[in-house]
Amino acid sequence: MSLLSLRRVTKSFGGLTAVHSVSFEVDSGTIVGLIGPNGAGKTTVFNLITGIYRPDQGEILFNNTSLLRLPTHRIIALGIGRTFQTIRLFQNLTVLENVLAGCHCRMRCGAVSAMLGLARHRKEEKKAIEQAMNALAFVGLEKSALQQAKNLSYGNQRLLEVARALATEPKLLILDEPAGGMNEQETAALIDLIRKIQEQGVTVLLIEHDMNLVMRVCEKIVVLEYGSKIAEGSPPEIKANPRVIEAYLGTEED
Amino acid sequence: MTEKRFLVYGGVAALLAVCPLFLNAYWTDVLNSIGLYAALGLSLNLIVGHAGLFNLGHAAFYAVGAYTAAILNTKFHIPILALMPLCGLTAGLFALLIARPIIHLRGDYLCIVTIGVGEIVRIALINNVFGITGGANGIFGIARPSLMGWVIRRPQEFFYLIWAFVALTVFLFHRLENSRFGRALNYLREDETAAEGSGIDTAHYKLMAFVLGAAWAGMVGNIYAAKMTIIAPESFSFWESVVMFTLIILGGSGSIPGVLLGAFLIVGLPEVFRGFTNARMMVFGAAMIAMMIFRTGGILPARPRRYELLKEEAAEEST
Repeated sequence: MSLLSLRRVTKSFGGLTAVHSVSFEVDSGTIVGLIGPNGAGKTTVFNLITGIYRPDQGEILFNNTSLLRLPTHRIIALGIGRTFQTIRLFQNLTVLENVLAGCHCRMRCGAVSAMLGLARHRKEEKKAIEQAMNALAFVGLEKSALQQAKNLSYGNQRLLEVARALATEPKLLILDEPAGGMNEQETAALIDLIRKIQEQGVTVLLIEHDMNLVMRVCEKIVVLEYGSKIAEGSPPEIKANPRVIEAYLGTEED
Repeated sequence: MTEKRFLVYGGVAALLAVCPLFLNAYWTDVLNSIGLYAALGLSLNLIVGHAGLFNLGHAAFYAVGAYTAAILNTKFHIPILALMPLCGLTAGLFALLIARPIIHLRGDYLCIVTIGVGEIVRIALINNVFGITGGANGIFGIARPSLMGWVIRRPQEFFYLIWAFVALTVFLFHRLENSRFGRALNYLREDETAAEGSGIDTAHYKLMAFVLGAAWAGMVGNIYAAKMTIIAPESFSFWESVVMFTLIILGGSGSIPGVLLGAFLIVGLPEVFRGFTNARMMVFGAAMIAMMIFRTGGILPARPRRYELLKEEAAEEST
């Protein structure tokens, strides 16, 4: 069953068509990769899914619900967690607080119950901290919980973004270049982590330039070039696809 | 650590509580002013310090609260302190109305618009809007407040009313800081896109920061009207907003002890150095510039929150 489906989605910025009539499906429980040369429109697709941009045309369905009119935070609450290509942590807050941001949409207590110190509020707070610590332990950052986010290494900051996204309890996790800036060992650990996330029943959609990672973890790959989908299939199919090879290596006349 | 902070708060509170017994009416009144600005600073701190929204028109909300109290007290003789929740409500509603269309503006733009709102309110009051604000002369003859039959009249009496309100504010806002609501404000200050992308309704929280901050300023307005018995548009000028803003930045943005200290310095020091006449403002300005260069977080910057559960887990790890 498809969890997420994009149907002929188009988005232009001024005269530039960043995404042109792109359609693809993400089946529940799978790991799907979105690849393409720089400027192919991959991140734009992610921003369209999460409601940061609105498509000019087309339809985006998540669990058979249209995402087109929903604000970003509602889309997250529906069960789509995301990370950012350029790391966007709350740098001056602690690692734990960063993850608590993800717990936010699963909590209910507001300003009044906090000011009155209601038992309901204290209980919810305690539970959220527990969940946040679990998410941190899942990515292996529980020992850094009280550090400021900006003091983490680059690779760990990426992991913290993943933990924050996992804390929203997503059905679909979308990762924008999760291995960006990671060394080989960190990337190997990331591959294990992505598989572990899948084992938890979370569907994963990822953008990645590290072809080794993409070919190893993804069951299906969607290739974009100049905003259009040029190929879709399993890793071996994509490796053998002449259009993909052309897009990445250029034609012989070049 | 938290115990130490408790001791500091308790010590300062005890010291303050005996002040009116030793100080004359003039100095007690200075402390009253400091208390009012401390409460105003704490309310603005929600907006500026926690949510990171530049608001240089906070005096407008203070004015709405004060005028609500003054009008209803003089026209309908409702005891002024009983009007306090209503003052909060009108100021909060006014903020909701004003902030909704401008809340999406970023940083400097929002700042300019709030200055405009502050001026519009002040000028509307001078122009006797709806014929109920008394124009440039303001409203006089506001009845003295009373608490359970005890009429509050002297500065020493107002001292306890004002500082009890400050203490209540500190208590409630401290709890608010350490909650889902308080954190949400910090997230949107740090990175709005990331906050929204983590599932936080940023538009809602910006609005709520404004409404809650404004409602609190409205209640301070009520106390101010009760204390002065006369209020006029001059009392709610742009300069008032600047003072509230400055004391937050100087004391420590997003930090309750910082804001309290800021109120003492910004409102108290000029009184202490009154003998130096004009030179005092120059020294004061120079000190502020130096602060901003050498200690950008304020004198008492906000400290990271502490989380109880972690102590247990850290203990488990070490065993």
